[in-house]
Amino acid sequence: MASSTEPAPGQAAPGALLAPADVARVVDRMAHQLIEKCAGGGGAGDDRDSLADLVLVGIPTRGAPLARRLAARVEAFSGTPVDTGTVDITLYRDDLRLRGVRALEDTVLPPAGIDGRLVVLVDDVLFSGRSVRAALDALRDLGRPRAVQLAVLVDRGHRELPIRADYVGKNVPTSRAQKVRVHLAETDGTDEVVVVEQ
Amino acid sequence: MKRHLLEAADLDRADATLVLDTAAQIDQALAGREVKKLPTLRGRTVVNLFYEDSTRTRISFELAAKRLSADVINFSAKGSSVSKGESLKDTALTLEAMGSDAIVVRHSASGAPHRLANWVRGSVVNAGDGTHEHPTQALLDAYTIRRRLGRLDGVRVAVVGDVLHSRVARSNVWLLTTLGAEVTLVAPPTLLPVGVGAWPVEVSYDLDAVLPKADAVMMLRVQAERMNASFFPSAREYSRRYGLDARRMAALGDDAIVMHPGPMNRGMEIAADVADSVRSTIVEQVGNGVSVRMAVLYLLLGGAPA
Amino acid sequence: MTTLIKGARVLGGEPADLLLEDGRIAAVGRRLSVTGADVVDADGLVALPGLVDLHTHLREPGREDAETVETGSRAAALGGYTAVHAMANTDPVADTAGVVEQVWRLGRQAGLVDVVPVGAVTVGLRGERLAELGAMADSAARVRVFSDDGHCVADPALMRRALEYVKALDGVVAQHAEEPRLTVGAQMNEGDRSARLGLTGWPAAAEEAVIARDVLLAQHVGARLHVCHVSTAGSVEILRWAKSRGVQVTAEVTPHHLLLTEALAESYDPVFKVNPPLRTDEDVQALRQGLADGTVDAVATDHAPHAVEDKESEWAQARPGMLGLEQALPVVVEALVETGLLDWAGVADRMSVRPAAIGRLDGHGRPVAPGEPANLLLLDPAARAAVDPAALASRSRNSPYAGRELPGRVVATFLRGEATVLDGKAVR
Repeated sequence: MASSTEPAPGQAAPGALLAPADVARVVDRMAHQLIEKCAGGGGAGDDRDSLADLVLVGIPTRGAPLARRLAARVEAFSGTPVDTGTVDITLYRDDLRLRGVRALEDTVLPPAGIDGRLVVLVDDVLFSGRSVRAALDALRDLGRPRAVQLAVLVDRGHRELPIRADYVGKNVPTSRAQKVRVHLAETDGTDEVVVVEQ
Repeated sequence: MKRHLLEAADLDRADATLVLDTAAQIDQALAGREVKKLPTLRGRTVVNLFYEDSTRTRISFELAAKRLSADVINFSAKGSSVSKGESLKDTALTLEAMGSDAIVVRHSASGAPHRLANWVRGSVVNAGDGTHEHPTQALLDAYTIRRRLGRLDGVRVAVVGDVLHSRVARSNVWLLTTLGAEVTLVAPPTLLPVGVGAWPVEVSYDLDAVLPKADAVMMLRVQAERMNASFFPSAREYSRRYGLDARRMAALGDDAIVMHPGPMNRGMEIAADVADSVRSTIVEQVGNGVSVRMAVLYLLLGGAPA
Repeated sequence: MTTLIKGARVLGGEPADLLLEDGRIAAVGRRLSVTGADVVDADGLVALPGLVDLHTHLREPGREDAETVETGSRAAALGGYTAVHAMANTDPVADTAGVVEQVWRLGRQAGLVDVVPVGAVTVGLRGERLAELGAMADSAARVRVFSDDGHCVADPALMRRALEYVKALDGVVAQHAEEPRLTVGAQMNEGDRSARLGLTGWPAAAEEAVIARDVLLAQHVGARLHVCHVSTAGSVEILRWAKSRGVQVTAEVTPHHLLLTEALAESYDPVFKVNPPLRTDEDVQALRQGLADGTVDAVATDHAPHAVEDKESEWAQARPGMLGLEQALPVVVEALVETGLLDWAGVADRMSVRPAAIGRLDGHGRPVAPGEPANLLLLDPAARAAVDPAALASRSRNSPYAGRELPGRVVATFLRGEATVLDGKAVR
């Protein structure tokens, strides 16, 4: 189980927890952890893992570009291309009535599908765990992976379900009143992680 | 989105686009998978209240609701308390008391869904009311055009046939123009409503003049019985002047599509070889109907408080 | 019974006192004083002759759940009416002396207004053969107005015979002008709105064609013709033309056609469904103009009570018709007085004098002057109130004015010297 905390970044913008360079470094480290895992260095009995089996499935909105970045870095470090996909979880949410309906986003799986493979769900922030729960439900309807793991850029705590991440970019202790915002170049024009007081 | 979908005018351009985009995402999410069911509307109850027989529309809504895991009740007016004289209002209050979250209503009286919306707290979806509107049909038509042609803005759509009695035509006029398409109505003058001049459309009595410029041709069902009220002299004359046959289809542009809301009168408004041609989207429209209705139910019900 | 009305402005003129005695106006003057008289303070109120309605549906016999002669009479009195013509489309139809006498007697028993039965032109309103018009004219009800209202006397030969026949009775045929073949299934005015709403159109031409035909027939046979509920600008034009040619034609317009338009159908609320239908704003303006210049002779309510179940339904299933008696005068005040089209004398003429003349009612539509029958009303022109259907005296609730604020309040109504309404409330 790879779970670690990045040292406090010296060059972060005022109020920013992670600056662009920090985000890149964190993604790189997560990529290495994935390679390590799939190269057989994982837990006992995971000897069937290989990068060819791996599918990085992003949870929109920001999990999707994050999954593609991770895949790119894994390929850069290992030389092996990695399948990616996205799974929109809106129709699986249990809080629609509280939060209202919203536009749906893409659900795209690699041509080879996910059956029998190691699916790593990728999201930007892990909070209550409800998004992951919805994503697990969605995956169940999409196929039967051999195993499902979870990678998040930020784990901010306050879980409401028995869910934990297998790969964490940065653990960020927060209060419930705070919000953690992850910005990515693909969706927001810049890479950074900020904590906002509500 | 408003709480109800009573007519195409309930949808502004942003809402209409949201419905089409949502339908596209649902299509994509469900494509090729074995489990074609989503948990989105678990615990919600959708009532199909059908005062007119329309198996295809009812099944389409039923499938849409079931794929979203809603509980579906089919309430057909025939053989029910309605046929024993129960009023629309009493029926509405009964369904309300049973906890329905949405009522999908098909009725022979124009405006019946509007009345219903005054009496219930849940959402009302118009599945066709008299000669007024059939907004989900227009949405699936727009969706079909967009899928086939890649856009709606500036697309030239000819709507051909009994516009006077057609709820499909009315909904399409308002929705397609909202989405930027250019609509031309083609019919004998007897089958166009007085006052059509106020609609944001072109009107033509000459199908042959319109076809070469059309990107999509939507053929409306024409009932042969209309000739008994002198809307046209005979089915043969109608078909000759306004029917779409292979000769006329040849006048269409290369990418133009042929649509029909069904059920078709083959040989009347549309020739069999046209209906079965590669240009025809008629079967596709049926499939798209389910996705569009799922999108509508999701957007109306998904976020609404129970 | 003696009543002294203090300070009323007769037809909007200078304040005067009115002494009502033995059913007549005994004196009109300044500072009248009489011992033992009931005194009514009419400071600021306008006195008008009691209104006469040429077109009321009282529903009795047959639909007493919607209205009775008594409840309709009370609504009429509250509206300032002292006489109403009860339309013949009851169940059974008022096409015999027996039925018209029954209605007439019920009106006498209620005693709130003079209920004047209208006789059907044809047996059962079926438009096939003439009813016994003479027997109804000779009955105790003294019928002078004959109408198949609700249905048009569409057969031109039958209409011609009816027009001719009632000449011997000093009667008049009141035609519901609607060519039935042009209005099959019609739901609202035909135009761009009906096209959009998907409601079958009721073309203006269906009314105008019948009026044009009938004025020509009336001229040809030298008979009187009255046209019910004129609703279109074209109808006003035809009437103007006919009157200029000397045809003995009179016409009425309803309060709702003077105020409301087809735009209300957008709600699909059948409370706005009526026959003939609400028309366009241009029609409303032409009708106001026609009433102001006398082309249209009278305001008639077409008061049409309907039970809740006949209105709380789909538009197409609902029965056409609206309440009118209690709001007719306020609507006329808003549409014609406040717009400067009619003065109070004009209102008296169109709502009392001319309708009484058309219906040949001797005791109504008379000036508010000494020696005349004491049929009059007192109106507070300054009052404004929102219409509350639940507060209406009618047994039905299908008022198209619900929630609408209208000017003018009938404070008192006197029928032959006896108050039927005081302080805005029915005495009985």
